[in-house]
Amino acid sequence: MFELLGIPPQALFGQLLLGLINGSFYAILSLGLAVIFGLLNIINFTHGAQYMMGAFVAWMLLNWLGLGYWSAFILSPVIVGIVGVVLERNLIAQLASTDKVRSLLFLVATLVVFIVSYAAIGWSMALSLFLALAIGGGLGAAWAHYARDRIGVVEGHVDHLYGLLLTFGLALIIQGLFRNEYGSSGLPYQIPAQLTGGQNLGFMFLPNYRGWVVVASLVVCLATWFTIEKTRLGAYLRAATENATLTQAFGINVPRLVTLTYGFGVGLAAFAGVLAAPIYSVNPTMGENLIIVVFAVVVIGGMGSILGAIVTGFGLGLIEGLTKVFYPEASNTVIFIIMAIVLLIKPAGLFGRAA
Amino acid sequence: MADSAAIDSPLAPPVSESRGVEALHRAIFIGLAALLVVAPFVVYPVFLMKVLCFALFACAFNLLLGYGGLLSFGHAAYFGMASYVSAYTAKYWGLTPELAILLGTVVAGFLGLAFGALAIRRQGIYFAMITLALAQMVFFFSLQTPRFTGGEDGIQAVPRGKLFGLLSLADDRVLYYVVAAIFLAGFLLIYRVIHSPFGQVLKAIRDNEPRAVSLGYRTAQYKLAVFVLSATLAGLAGATKAIVFQLASLTDVNWPMSGEVVLMTLVGGMGTVFGPIAGAAVIIAMENYLAQLGSWVLVVQGVIFVACVLLFREGIVGVIGKRIKQPL
Repeated sequence: MFELLGIPPQALFGQLLLGLINGSFYAILSLGLAVIFGLLNIINFTHGAQYMMGAFVAWMLLNWLGLGYWSAFILSPVIVGIVGVVLERNLIAQLASTDKVRSLLFLVATLVVFIVSYAAIGWSMALSLFLALAIGGGLGAAWAHYARDRIGVVEGHVDHLYGLLLTFGLALIIQGLFRNEYGSSGLPYQIPAQLTGGQNLGFMFLPNYRGWVVVASLVVCLATWFTIEKTRLGAYLRAATENATLTQAFGINVPRLVTLTYGFGVGLAAFAGVLAAPIYSVNPTMGENLIIVVFAVVVIGGMGSILGAIVTGFGLGLIEGLTKVFYPEASNTVIFIIMAIVLLIKPAGLFGRAA
Repeated sequence: MADSAAIDSPLAPPVSESRGVEALHRAIFIGLAALLVVAPFVVYPVFLMKVLCFALFACAFNLLLGYGGLLSFGHAAYFGMASYVSAYTAKYWGLTPELAILLGTVVAGFLGLAFGALAIRRQGIYFAMITLALAQMVFFFSLQTPRFTGGEDGIQAVPRGKLFGLLSLADDRVLYYVVAAIFLAGFLLIYRVIHSPFGQVLKAIRDNEPRAVSLGYRTAQYKLAVFVLSATLAGLAGATKAIVFQLASLTDVNWPMSGEVVLMTLVGGMGTVFGPIAGAAVIIAMENYLAQLGSWVLVVQGVIFVACVLLFREGIVGVIGKRIKQPL
């Protein structure tokens, strides 16, 4: 066997593969952040928590309903996406409105239902949470329908920092709830039977599931890119990103587009969570540190370009993997260091448009 | 500085009004100082010291966010690093507490200079993400250098020592008055900065940066200066906290600490002079009550965050200030 700089190739390629896998998570998550940021002009701090929820919903589907990996593959992003839509409609979208009734109603209803169901009746945290969100969301929607003639003044410009703080608060709530219920030791999730085993490639052993993660995330990333850049829906989206008022004037329902975009971005995060579940254990803290790394990835890549987000995500994952081989002490910090260097050389980010 | 010609601009508020506000602020400040003098006879001094350390931390943060308009999500880095330095030097180098605190503060200032210089290259949301990422780097550094930070255990049993080598700080009451003096000094400094010509320019940059640039101000320098100042004072708070609790740990340098200081400022009232103090008192008191509840504290904090951002953006002191039509 040949050796590279004293590193056995098994170790090198093993770490590179792990880097590629991490890179696919970075790519999917930063893609979701970029899509949401483009239209909503907020940074979705809840992204890490939603990634974690994706993994947990997959675990719940398996253990409570007996639905395996392939059902979770579709269902989990949809469920977490719907939760995202409820949060967007009732909280995030209300940031810009001076009429606070809907968000107040939603908050109070959700809290009351959750407390009654969890503390008084004693149902499980997840069931209480989904029930509370359903009832709160229903009430919010009912109010919005009833009060549709009430003109809540919509401020054109909300300080985007409030969006960051709001989603940060939501992340704290979700992470706190899950940590409270499931501790922080993590739950196992089996690799689906079709993807166990592996291939011997001669220079390394490739576990099937890991190869699948890379392929699946590449496909999803490229499909997202295609949808946004090449389809009619994507054209609406890009138009609304460019100028929401004008797009609305052309008869496109921009608020609905915004909500769907948020749901889609959140669904992407949950999708990454499902992919991650068999590799890392299903853990309430799995999104916490990841989201900060993804923020650094987003700063490096710049949020202006979809392909840029994908390329940066995979590239940085690989670099991180290489660092683990050659200088493991720095593997946690290498992305942050790269971020600092990029800021010095090209402050707008590698693919960013200068402000 | 070339910019100083603009100090006496006609844009400054009319003298009579600002004088009234100043008198009000002075009265509140004297009341606050008097309250701090008698407080340890009523309330447990260690709890008060915790509130004071976090109040100073929040005031330093508010200087940056409320007056500079810069949301740093990584202030735990300066707070935590200063607390490590002061704990380490007090324990292993045998420095007296005032020197240990000073050294921690200075280190935080230099860290703020390095990180600030990087972060001000981007605006708004990117600024927040960059500061968060850089702070996370400090966290990993602290995690991986157990010889300096004690790793997961932190630096424990830090001696409180003797102030100037003379006055023993082992007694909680004595230490309390030292901490109160540090807090009041830090607070007065921040107050002076806010109401100085520098502070006026800062507010101008916060409200309309392109216009400040067009008036000839080098906004980057102002932003960096306020960033360093804020990081230094956050360091002062962290270094003091390490001496008070005789402990420096990973909690002080991790991201939830950065979130907590944002929460304190938000609850008390961003961009108000006294808001962060009220916010720190409320949040620390709440955490003390909920300490047995474990992760529920996170949930409660999150709910407060959401409710504040959506329904209560002015914060406690902001609302009071609006009621009495005076900026507080």
